[in-house]
Amino acid sequence: MKHTIKELEDIASQIRRDIVRMVHGCQSGHPGASLGCADFFTALYFEVMNHKTDFTMEGAGEDLFFLSNGHISPVWYSTLAHAGYFDKSELATFRKLDSRLQGHPTTHEHLPGIRIASGSLGQGLSVAIGAALAKKLNGDKSYIFALLGDGELQEGQNWEAAMFAPFNKVDHLIASVDYNGQQIDGPTSKVLALDDLQAKFEAFGWHVINTDGNDMKAIVEGLHYAKTLTGKGKPILNLMSTQMGAGVDYMMGTHKWHGTAPNDEQLAAALAQLPETLGDY
Amino acid sequence: MKKYTYTEKKDTRSGFGAGLHEAGKKNENVVALCADLVGSLKMDAFIKDFPERFTQVGIAEANMIGIAAGMTIGGKIPFTGTFANFSTGRVYDQIRQSVAYSNKNVKICASHAGLTLGEDGATHQILEDIGLMKMLPGMVVINPCDYNQTKAATIAIAEYEGPVYLRFGRPVIPVFTDPDQKFEIGKAWMVNEGKDVTIIATGHMVWKAIEAGEKLAELGIDAEIINIHTIKPLDDEAILTSVKKTGCVVTCEEHNKFGGLGESVARLLTTELPTPQEFVATNDTFGESGTPDQLMSKYGLDAINIVEAAQKVIGRKK
Repeated sequence: MKHTIKELEDIASQIRRDIVRMVHGCQSGHPGASLGCADFFTALYFEVMNHKTDFTMEGAGEDLFFLSNGHISPVWYSTLAHAGYFDKSELATFRKLDSRLQGHPTTHEHLPGIRIASGSLGQGLSVAIGAALAKKLNGDKSYIFALLGDGELQEGQNWEAAMFAPFNKVDHLIASVDYNGQQIDGPTSKVLALDDLQAKFEAFGWHVINTDGNDMKAIVEGLHYAKTLTGKGKPILNLMSTQMGAGVDYMMGTHKWHGTAPNDEQLAAALAQLPETLGDY
Repeated sequence: MKKYTYTEKKDTRSGFGAGLHEAGKKNENVVALCADLVGSLKMDAFIKDFPERFTQVGIAEANMIGIAAGMTIGGKIPFTGTFANFSTGRVYDQIRQSVAYSNKNVKICASHAGLTLGEDGATHQILEDIGLMKMLPGMVVINPCDYNQTKAATIAIAEYEGPVYLRFGRPVIPVFTDPDQKFEIGKAWMVNEGKDVTIIATGHMVWKAIEAGEKLAELGIDAEIINIHTIKPLDDEAILTSVKKTGCVVTCEEHNKFGGLGESVARLLTTELPTPQEFVATNDTFGESGTPDQLMSKYGLDAINIVEAAQKVIGRKK
C-alpha cells in the first residue's frame, strides 16, 4: 500500500469538496455520480495505477485510464489535480470560457491526463480496447482501466465492445461499471432496466467481480484482485455498486442530483459534511 | 486536349488494397481493421503479410471506430475499412467525438461510395459522405480518381498525422494516372490546360471529365480540367488561378450537390471571385438498384452531362 485507507479516505473527502465547489462555481455540471465515484478515482490514481504525472499521450509502460461517462468530469479533474497532473487552482476554471476543464473531458485543450474526448455516451469501452490492443502490439504489459456509467450501458456500442473483448482475449483490461442505478430521467429500473449485469457480461465471456464502490478498503482490494485475474484470456468487469451523491446526505440515493448544481445554502450544507483535508483550491 | 489513354481497367478499392500493403511494409505502426468486408476492401495482401496487425471487428462499425481511436494512443496508425455508408453515416458520432474532436490519427477508408456500388441499391449507395466528413473540423477528405492515384493516396495518408477520410469505389474504371506519382494531400492535379471553361472533377468523375473534354474540343471548346482529389483542404490557389483565366466552372462529383465538392468550390468562389458555376452531381436524391453505368446515366453523371453543363456555363459568362 502506498497509502493507508484513512489517507485515501481523506483524499476522497477533498475531491468531494472540490466537486461540489466546482459545480457550484459554474452553476452547472454533474455532482451526483462524480461524488459516487470519488472513492474509485482515489483508489485508482493514488493506489492502484502505475502512472506518471509527467503526461505523455502514449503512456508507454504506464497503466492507462479511460472515462466513458464523461459527464462525471469534476471527479476526474479534481483527482488529476491532486495527483499532480496540473495545479489545483485550475479547478476554479471548470466549465468556464477558455478553460482546459471543459464540461466533458477532451484532448482538444491538451489537459494532462486526458487521452480521448468523452461525453457522448457508450464510446469509452471501445477506445479502451483499442488502447489495450496497441499495448499488446507494443509488448507493453501495463493495464488498461475504464469506467462506464450504468445508464450508458443502454448504448449499443458497449455491447459490440463487450462481444469483441473476450473473443479477442483482451485480457489486460479492467472495466468498472458505476452501478448506482440512477440516470437523468429516474432509476434505471424504471427507464430501461439493466437487470442482471453480471449474468449479461459473463454470458459475453467476461470475468465479473463485484465491489462496493463507496468502501475504500473494498475498492482498493477489489481493483488489486482484478489485476491478479488479468492475463488469463478474459477481460475483467468490476461491477461496482455506488451511491449517487455519496458523501452529501441530501444528494444520496436519488437521480435528482445527476446534473443539478447546489445553491449557496446547499453548498454550505455539503461542505459541512466533507472535511477539508488537502486544502481547497 | 491532352491525350489520355489506358491499357487496363481496375477498381480504386484495389488501389487502396495495394497502397495499404505498401504502407504496411514501410511502417510497422500501420494497422488495419475491418468490419466483415475484407474481400470487398481488398485487404487480403496486408492480412497475409501482417496478420498480427489486422483486427477483424465483425459487423460492428461503431466499435471499430472506437478501437481505432484507442489504438492511436499506442502510436498505431489504424486504417479502418468498410463501405462508405457504414464508414460515415452509421458512425458519425463516433468519428466526431473519438476521432475528429480527439484529433486521433485514424484513416477512415471507405469503399463502394456513390451510385457505382450498383445493384445493392440506395441503402448502400451513400451520396452524402463527403459532406458529412468535410464538416468535421480538422478532417482531411480525399476522393482519388483511379487505381494508381488511390494507391498513392493510401501511402501518403499513412505519412500524414491526423484524421483522414479516404473515399473510393467498387467498379473497374480506366487506369490513366502515373503509377509512380507522388501524391500530395491538398494539391490539385492539372489534367488538361485550357482557356474556355474550368472543369473540376473528383473520384470516378475525372475520367468522365476527360471524355467530356475530348467532346468539347470537337465542338471547339478548350476546357481546362482539374482533378481535385483532396476536397478538404481544398487547393484554393489552383482553382482561383484557373477560374481567373476561364471565367466559368463546372464541378463534377458522384455525390449529392448539397454538401459536396461543388459547394466547397462555390464557397471559395463566392468569397474570392464570384463566377458562374454548374454542378454535375446528384440532385438531392437517393439512388436505386442498377448497373453502375445505368445509374450514372440516369442520375446525370455522364460525360455528356459535363459537356452540356460546360456549354451552359460558358453561355452565362458576362
